[in-house]
Amino acid sequence: MMKKDNLTWIAIKTGLLSGVIAIFLCLIGMVEVFSKRDVVEKIITLGDFILLATAVSAGVIAARAASQTDQQRQPLKSLFAGALAGITTGVLIAAFIGLSQQINLRSVFLSASPSLFNLLTFKGGTSWIWMYPAIGIAAGLLGTTLFLLPEKFRQPITRAIFITFLMALFSGLFRVVMINQSSGIAKLAKYLFGQTGLTLSGAIIFFVAVVAISMFWSARSKNLQEGFARIPKRGQTSIRVVVFALLAYVVLMLPQVSGPFIAQVIVIVSLYALMGLGLNITLGFAGLLDLGFVAFFAVGAYTVGLLTSYGIFGLQHIPFWVAAPIAVLVSMMFGAFLGLPVLGIRGDYLAIATLGFGEIVRLLAGSDFLAPFFGGPQGIIGIQKPCLGTLGEFIRVDVPRVCNGLEFAGPKEIYYLAVASAILVAFIALRLQRSRLGRAWMAIREDEDVAEALGINLIQTKLLAYMLGAAFAGLGGAIFTVLVGSIFATSMQLIVSINVVALIIVGGMGSIPGVIVGAIALIGMPELLREVSEYRFLFYGAALIMMMLAKPEGLWPSQATLRELHHEDAGEDSEIAPAKSSQAKA
Amino acid sequence: MRTSFGERLLDLAVSGFLWGFRILIVLIVVLGTFLTIRAGKYTGEQWIDFVVFGISQGSIYALIALGYTMVYGILRMINFAHGEIFMSGAFGGYFIATWLTGIGFMDKYPVLGLIFSMLFGMLISTLIALLVERIAYRPLRGAPRLVPLISAIGASFFLQYTFRGFFGPGVYAYPSMKALEGQWMFFGIGILKVQIVVAIAAFVMMAILYSIVMFTKIGKAMRAVSENKDVAALMGIDVNRIIVTTFALGAAMAGAAGVLYALTYRQVNFFIGFTPGIKAFTAAVLGGIGNIPGAMVGGLVLGIVESVGPALFLDSLGIPRPYQLKDAIAYIMLVMILLFRPSGILGERVSKKA
Repeated sequence: MMKKDNLTWIAIKTGLLSGVIAIFLCLIGMVEVFSKRDVVEKIITLGDFILLATAVSAGVIAARAASQTDQQRQPLKSLFAGALAGITTGVLIAAFIGLSQQINLRSVFLSASPSLFNLLTFKGGTSWIWMYPAIGIAAGLLGTTLFLLPEKFRQPITRAIFITFLMALFSGLFRVVMINQSSGIAKLAKYLFGQTGLTLSGAIIFFVAVVAISMFWSARSKNLQEGFARIPKRGQTSIRVVVFALLAYVVLMLPQVSGPFIAQVIVIVSLYALMGLGLNITLGFAGLLDLGFVAFFAVGAYTVGLLTSYGIFGLQHIPFWVAAPIAVLVSMMFGAFLGLPVLGIRGDYLAIATLGFGEIVRLLAGSDFLAPFFGGPQGIIGIQKPCLGTLGEFIRVDVPRVCNGLEFAGPKEIYYLAVASAILVAFIALRLQRSRLGRAWMAIREDEDVAEALGINLIQTKLLAYMLGAAFAGLGGAIFTVLVGSIFATSMQLIVSINVVALIIVGGMGSIPGVIVGAIALIGMPELLREVSEYRFLFYGAALIMMMLAKPEGLWPSQATLRELHHEDAGEDSEIAPAKSSQAKA
Repeated sequence: MRTSFGERLLDLAVSGFLWGFRILIVLIVVLGTFLTIRAGKYTGEQWIDFVVFGISQGSIYALIALGYTMVYGILRMINFAHGEIFMSGAFGGYFIATWLTGIGFMDKYPVLGLIFSMLFGMLISTLIALLVERIAYRPLRGAPRLVPLISAIGASFFLQYTFRGFFGPGVYAYPSMKALEGQWMFFGIGILKVQIVVAIAAFVMMAILYSIVMFTKIGKAMRAVSENKDVAALMGIDVNRIIVTTFALGAAMAGAAGVLYALTYRQVNFFIGFTPGIKAFTAAVLGGIGNIPGAMVGGLVLGIVESVGPALFLDSLGIPRPYQLKDAIAYIMLVMILLFRPSGILGERVSKKA
């Protein structure tokens, strides 16, 4: 039997938890850093937004708990729980501010700076003492209201908040792109987007527009789909062709419109997508967790560097177009070379062994021992850019060769190279997934012993997984080198491998669109948002844990994984799993 | 079963490759050692220095390795965030040591000061480990093996960058203790005081842990759970509580190791957990994962090989600045052990099936 005092306790606990999270966000400096960026100009900064978000989500969670205690819906009870959770959050934050004015937290926590408290106390004064609880109640009630709204309204509104928030985050980009256009568009840009966030009118316009479109869509989407199905086959194909052509046009024109910065971001996203597609073969298809994946990236990069550089370490001076396939082949061989010894190792031991390999490669490449070949800590510099056309003669060291034709000098040109490679590799991966080899990989992932009994050659199949994964990563490394124009062993850190693992996990293991979604979300977002990039690894860590807890199949799962994960919900050791009902005693 | 010629050839190639790898490493070690000893570049005193440094470093690895080995023994899971728990202990010790130095306590009672800073480091790291266990590991018990490992990697990065957020990216200088400066003379050979103190403190901690595991009731329960969870539960053991205790004990050891590490290197930073973490894992595997005396032996062996190795194997092979490859030696040992004897020196149970 659930009683009311129990609900009170749940609400207070939720509030305390979200308050602790809010204080945590303050202490790691996130609130202060984020407050430099607006969500809505002059009204709410990103820092305020995340603090507010903790209280609102406390309201949502408390309201959900309240609705679960009884069978029938009792809005008043939910509202009470939400308000209580909200006010607890607010009181806790206020207590934190009060405490920090008594003792000096700065001597331990670097981020508990005067400017943070200046911000939190609304530039001095004492009004914050009652402001925080009041805002907390309001936010908690807002969360509860959101929860209580019928599905028909809740979905459009949450969607609208989310999209408006995204628009606000990227408003600087939209503004820069649009202001360079004709005067009408520039005026519109200034009306909607401020320097670092949306203007008030922009926010309202986006919010209302998304709500309207979303409600219209949920009412009409069925009709539209049926309408599309009713069009004759030929018409459908031509519509698809038109959509495809439009997409291609956008992809082709994008770097011309957006400028080098965005082009560079897209190049980096494509390179990570390339690596992600490679690791997706070894991890996603064959189930072999490789934490030393950066080694293959390094091999590709160093091969291209050694073969094309006009610096002192350049062995050959062949064009990129010849060097890149060689780099892919060399990485493939290296994949086999690293794959051979670890063939017999499974599971988590494999992860650690490959991590060791990755670190060995980095340490050797950066050591004085191999410096005569790989440049050691100084790295390899002066890498010849790719050139469509004839390349001038190599004259002497440190003089770039002249390109007669189109030179892929900057991110704007390399964009095409990277995007084309990513599309090509995605296509290859898609075909591989449905091939006999792809099925063999998945069989190995599910159960090695059974797969072997079914006549799959483990050695050959696993080696191919390593080799193909390495090939994709090598291609990524090759393009990365020409983008940057130099290679340093210090850029081949473990963190790159972790990045790639994280983007696969977030996108969905074994799913090719998932890899691309993951690359955009985990690599593109932090590259675009300077404020966020400081905390990107914190986000990655949190994202990995939360994905494992809540959605192990990823944001965009492959159908097969989805079926598996929801089929075997009960694990073998489930009887030791903690009993959740133990709290009910209180 | 029918195997084609090509498949047999592939098998042959694989085993040939592995044997070649083994022979190559053995050759390097033997040849390098032979050449170094013949060249006589280092004096006996220098060798002793290397070994003592190796022992003090190795005892730190051993302390961290205990946490890996105990958790693996019970949950069959690599606690990837253990290195970060070690780092948090170093930070805890740093703050208390700075405070004690500031009020002059450290100079008056250096032994008590050291004990306090170790205790505080252990407290912090235990708290963090319990939080991590509660949030990131417990809900995933019984999930496929890859899932908790990935969650642990996430926890590792989350902790690293949380500490970076709290304390900034800079390096904190651990306060120097006057009592630990200089050397003690043994039979005419000077040995740094810090190294002796670190080794002694680590051995004391290991002895405490060993007696907890072997001679107390809770230790008995831990051994029972690592033997077989279900049967232990049937015998009336609260498995959940034992798992939490295991995490806490391992984390306390790592926290103590963190303070000792900070004492040796005099610097604390959010990134110091990673390399010692991997090396301690190597030590745990080296001694046979799941095996507590094994972790201690493995830590010492790793510490000594890593400290003596560059001078002994690599120097006379014409490799410039062999100490740059110190970490590489540890990683090569890790890979070799995982390849050729995953059960470790003292281990007998866990095998390739891991």
